Amino acid sequence: MKRSLSRLTAVLGATLLAFAAHAAEVRVAVAANFAVPLKEIAARFETDTGHKLVAAFGPTGGLYTQVKNGAPFEVFLSADDSTPARLEREGEAVAGSRFTYAIGKLVLWSATAGYVDDKGEVLKKNAFRHLSIGNPKTAPYGLAATQVLDKLGLAEAVKSKLVEGTNITQAYQFVASGNAELGFVALSQVYKDGRITGGSAWIVPVALYEPIRQDAVILARGRSNAAAAAFLEYLKGPKAAAVIKAYGYDH
Amino acid sequence: MSLPASALAAIWLTLELASLTTVLLLLIGTPIAWWLARTRSRLKGVVGAVVALPLVLPPTVIGFYLLVAMGPHGPVGRLTEALGLGVLPFTFAGLVVGSVFYSLPFVVQPLHNAFEAIGERPLEVAATLRAGPWDSFFSVVLPLARPGFVTASILGFAHTVGEFGVVLMLGGNIPGKTRTVSVQIFDHVEAMEYAQAHWLAGGMLLFSFVVLLALYSSRRMRPGLG
Repeated sequence: MKRSLSRLTAVLGATLLAFAAHAAEVRVAVAANFAVPLKEIAARFETDTGHKLVAAFGPTGGLYTQVKNGAPFEVFLSADDSTPARLEREGEAVAGSRFTYAIGKLVLWSATAGYVDDKGEVLKKNAFRHLSIGNPKTAPYGLAATQVLDKLGLAEAVKSKLVEGTNITQAYQFVASGNAELGFVALSQVYKDGRITGGSAWIVPVALYEPIRQDAVILARGRSNAAAAAFLEYLKGPKAAAVIKAYGYDH
Repeated sequence: MSLPASALAAIWLTLELASLTTVLLLLIGTPIAWWLARTRSRLKGVVGAVVALPLVLPPTVIGFYLLVAMGPHGPVGRLTEALGLGVLPFTFAGLVVGSVFYSLPFVVQPLHNAFEAIGERPLEVAATLRAGPWDSFFSVVLPLARPGFVTASILGFAHTVGEFGVVLMLGGNIPGKTRTVSVQIFDHVEAMEYAQAHWLAGGMLLFSFVVLLALYSSRRMRPGLG
């Protein structure tokens, strides 16, 4: 009995070791706007490589603060390109691992069908009560929204009607619940396989705002984790690209 | 260093919200607490549990349901729109409604305890002296329950000042209307403006400590009710 138990322990231990050598776990901090595509990419990555991916979602600024204060993340998928660069400068990220995994697109969206026209004239008519945007100080899509309003010369006209979500997810939620008639959200939130999934939308011409480059980087804690490197490679590959494009990002 | 205008606006708004909420809570909470202390109704358990719900529920749950209920498709939203008041999310009034619900147990429970501690005897005496129910409430109950009212006011006020999740989910972060101190701190941290975050967060810490110190010191000096 005792011998069989110790044999069992040995076998179990060996299996665990073997598993650990091939399949590692990678902990990824992900900007809120990329939550849905990431889940899909993560599932494919896990099947294809045998590695395990654990994701935490949040606003880019909040995730930055957590990383600076010792959060155990190994890869960071930011909603912008400045935060990963800053982490790299500050020695919190692996130099040279940074690349743009997606270029985000901004959309003016309403949960009501027919509310937003395909030229965005609804903004000029200004007949709404609330226009939802992400917080321009912290959410890159929020900043892009203010650039669009500036370019259209409408910033002053709609100022009193702006409501801010702390991130683009909340900006979307304000519109989806009908509390704001319309809002600037990420195309990825309302787009799947080549079309808008519901309501009405104006895909804002990219000339009206600075490109929203979303960069990924390996964090210092993931330096020697094979799964972290494998995930970044996977993210550059064609399978991830297909998912990313299906959600309306450029890759 | 003087505080920037945005910080002052947030502090002023927070104090306004907490004061108005506290006054409303005393008006709403007193009859509820009185009823809870005196009733033998079977509904007592239900009402007590509903009042205590905000103690247990995460603010995200309360904020989310309030957002949906007060939105244009929700029951409360339809009612306020029919009354010509518009919808409550993203307004100061909306925050007041949310805060009243969120801080309710912090006012009702101390009052409930204070009313129960008075017992039947003083009211019976007042009745034999021909005091009517209103008279005995104002001349007997209120003075006896004063420490309970002090505790309830301080806790209701302080808890509203410290409210975050409900405001975040209902407010829309509008300066001077819905951007309270706690949301402003969150904003600063998110924007990596740690110096400004420290000023406000440190201020909150000091304020909360002073309030609780006042509360517990007054309790030590006046043991008994409350």
